Amino acid sequence: MELELDPFLLSRIQFAANITFHIMFPSITIALGWILLFFKLRFNATKDEAWMQAYFFFTKVFALSFAIGVVSGVTMSFQFGTNWPGFMETVGNIAGPLLAYEVLTAFFLEATFLGIMLFGFRRVPGWVHTMATVLVAVGTTLSAFWIIVLNSWMHTPAGFEMIPNDAGQLQAHASSWWAIIFNPSMPYRLTHMLLASGLTASFLVAGISAYRLLRGDHAPPVMKALKTGIFIAAILIPLQIFAGHEHGLNTKEYQPAKLAAMEGAWETKKGAPLVLFAIPNKEERRNDFAIEIPYLASLIVTHKMDGEIKGLNEFDVHPPVAPVFFGFRIMVGIGMLMLAVSWAGSFLLLRGKTLPRSYLYVLVGMTFAGCIATIAGWYVTEIGRQPWLVQGVLSTKDALGPISGGMVLSTLLVYLLIYAFLTVSYIYSLFYLARRAGDGGKRDPERSTPLIGERHSSAAAVLE
Amino acid sequence: MEHILINWLPYTFAFLMGLSMLIYAVLDGYDLGVGMLIDNATSHEKDRMIASIGPFWDANETWLILGVGLLLVAFPMAHGVILTNLYLPVAVMLFGLIFRGVAFDFRAKVPFQQKWRWNNRFFYGSLLTSLAQGYMLGSYITGFENSLSGFMFSCLIAVVLASAYCLIGACWLIMKCEGTLQEKAVKWARYHLVNSVVGLAVISLATPLISDRIFEKWFSFPAIILLAPIPILTGALIVGLYVLLRRMPLPQDRYNWLPLVITVFIFVLSFCGLAYSFFPYIVPNQMTILEAAAAPESLMIMLFGALIVLPVLLGYTALSYYIFRGKASDLRYD
Repeated sequence: MELELDPFLLSRIQFAANITFHIMFPSITIALGWILLFFKLRFNATKDEAWMQAYFFFTKVFALSFAIGVVSGVTMSFQFGTNWPGFMETVGNIAGPLLAYEVLTAFFLEATFLGIMLFGFRRVPGWVHTMATVLVAVGTTLSAFWIIVLNSWMHTPAGFEMIPNDAGQLQAHASSWWAIIFNPSMPYRLTHMLLASGLTASFLVAGISAYRLLRGDHAPPVMKALKTGIFIAAILIPLQIFAGHEHGLNTKEYQPAKLAAMEGAWETKKGAPLVLFAIPNKEERRNDFAIEIPYLASLIVTHKMDGEIKGLNEFDVHPPVAPVFFGFRIMVGIGMLMLAVSWAGSFLLLRGKTLPRSYLYVLVGMTFAGCIATIAGWYVTEIGRQPWLVQGVLSTKDALGPISGGMVLSTLLVYLLIYAFLTVSYIYSLFYLARRAGDGGKRDPERSTPLIGERHSSAAAVLE
Repeated sequence: MEHILINWLPYTFAFLMGLSMLIYAVLDGYDLGVGMLIDNATSHEKDRMIASIGPFWDANETWLILGVGLLLVAFPMAHGVILTNLYLPVAVMLFGLIFRGVAFDFRAKVPFQQKWRWNNRFFYGSLLTSLAQGYMLGSYITGFENSLSGFMFSCLIAVVLASAYCLIGACWLIMKCEGTLQEKAVKWARYHLVNSVVGLAVISLATPLISDRIFEKWFSFPAIILLAPIPILTGALIVGLYVLLRRMPLPQDRYNWLPLVITVFIFVLSFCGLAYSFFPYIVPNQMTILEAAAAPESLMIMLFGALIVLPVLLGYTALSYYIFRGKASDLRYD
């Protein structure tokens, strides 16, 4: 019997693999851009060279993350056409302009000023360099704005009407761009994602700095970066828990089936319990091995002990439960861990205590905690939208192009190999950069080539 | 003419899309070319060559996203047809672009002993990207014909486009480098000029033979007279460039920018020739620009944005080239 290769399933896996790999890097760079700006502004204000050293160190991390983000993003823009042409054919009139605005207002801005930000420190006046840093941060954030607008519209479409074209195919036409851009879930999703990026970047900064401290590198920029990371995380995490909660309420209103899957609620209940852990059993439509806290889900979602939560059985079509259910718990679990770790660290720092080594190890372990939480969160929201690609408008199946399973399988395997290889190389390089910075930069390849012209011993010397 | 005036919006977008693709071919063309040429350079020269494209490559690549983006957003129906037909070469190009893009950063950040590996990845990434783009162009010209001759034709264009990218890359290096590297660049430019010209000639002759429609468009009267300036001018520029390259580098490094400018004009003219051949089709012989266009209200809001943003974009691109003008020096963050 010949093995059946389903291009639909394979294309979904391919897109999921691609976007999983991709999202790690924008979630790092969006907020890291602003953290770099913070370092630069502190340097401008205090003239303390340590801030500038922290800036230069993390621009390397930024540049590497940005490059991987760009190339994996290009890949996705092509996959719309190669695997999912039905998407643009049906909702291209809406998605098109949003993507066009992302390219025009954000991509060129960040790409061009990144060159000046990275390599222009000696070539332009200080204020131009600061300005370039601002524009790169603005660019990455704008890019997040437009893509979240489009993604939110796919969850809660608004401001359009379906009109058949000459061939009788229904196509979305914009009736109000205001309603499209400020669609019901956009403000919640954008806030949730930007805060997620803030947490991802601050834990990355804290984790790498903790690694440097553990290796005995007590240079002033290391401590400054570590404090920055811990404090930013401590400030953002309560905001994120609140924003996530509000986003959940928004989901309850517009995508109740997704909320039911997140809660693991099969039957509609008043006074629904919070399921801490369970294994959703889709055959028998119930949870196995459930550990529950009575009434808590209703209390959180409806703010009433006996509030009603609609169960999955109410819906003719609903998303697969297990990935949404577990994804949600992984995200929330990491969030709680972030709260504990960042507040404990802040408490110690504010008391003027030195951070114990065990705490630093925890930070190193959590270097990529934000990436994992972000991916888990995206799984919740994207798988939670299935079987729709655009909620209520276009099903994922209908968007698939006329491609063969074998072709998709071959590219999928190559993508997986490349992504695995790049992820390993990326993590390895970050920690290598951290070790090398501790060696005083003497083996820095970017400096190892003989330089034409004079060398300046420090950044400050150039500025004066 | 009236027809064009009524439907100016889709045609404007076709023009903008073509323009983005042309700008892409020129800008990323030179940095892909430099990427392919590093294979012939010493380790120190590699650093210098990559330094010459360092501040620019990212923005250069964005023109591809804009070009494909415009295809996607302004001609959603054509986008699907073209990209599903080109599934494998697109994938190959993306693999190339991924390796090239990340190698650029990794090579400067990994331990010194591993640098050569990332240099290799940078080279192969650039080569794969250029070949895949050429193959796609060839496949597009033949209207995605699935035959041996179509395949051979596409492979030929793949090699020619890669060589053309090397040509413009070498011309970029002539402008941005000095000393032995500059002399090497002159040699590379001469070599790839000859290659590209032979290729260009074969393509120019083969394209009308492959398609009756294109033959009609070029060789009917009076088109043949009105269009004569394109091949004549291209020929003159090629001869001029060849003569110039034989004398380069000139004393005091005079006219180091001229080969690049001439090559850009050759690219522009070749592009005009191609564009004329395809018009009004967006998918050759299958779908016209008007048939593929998105709804007017969507095109309008994009045009509105494009008209505001494009001048600003060109402005800061110019700023970046101004800041990094002159001979390339080593890339440093601090």
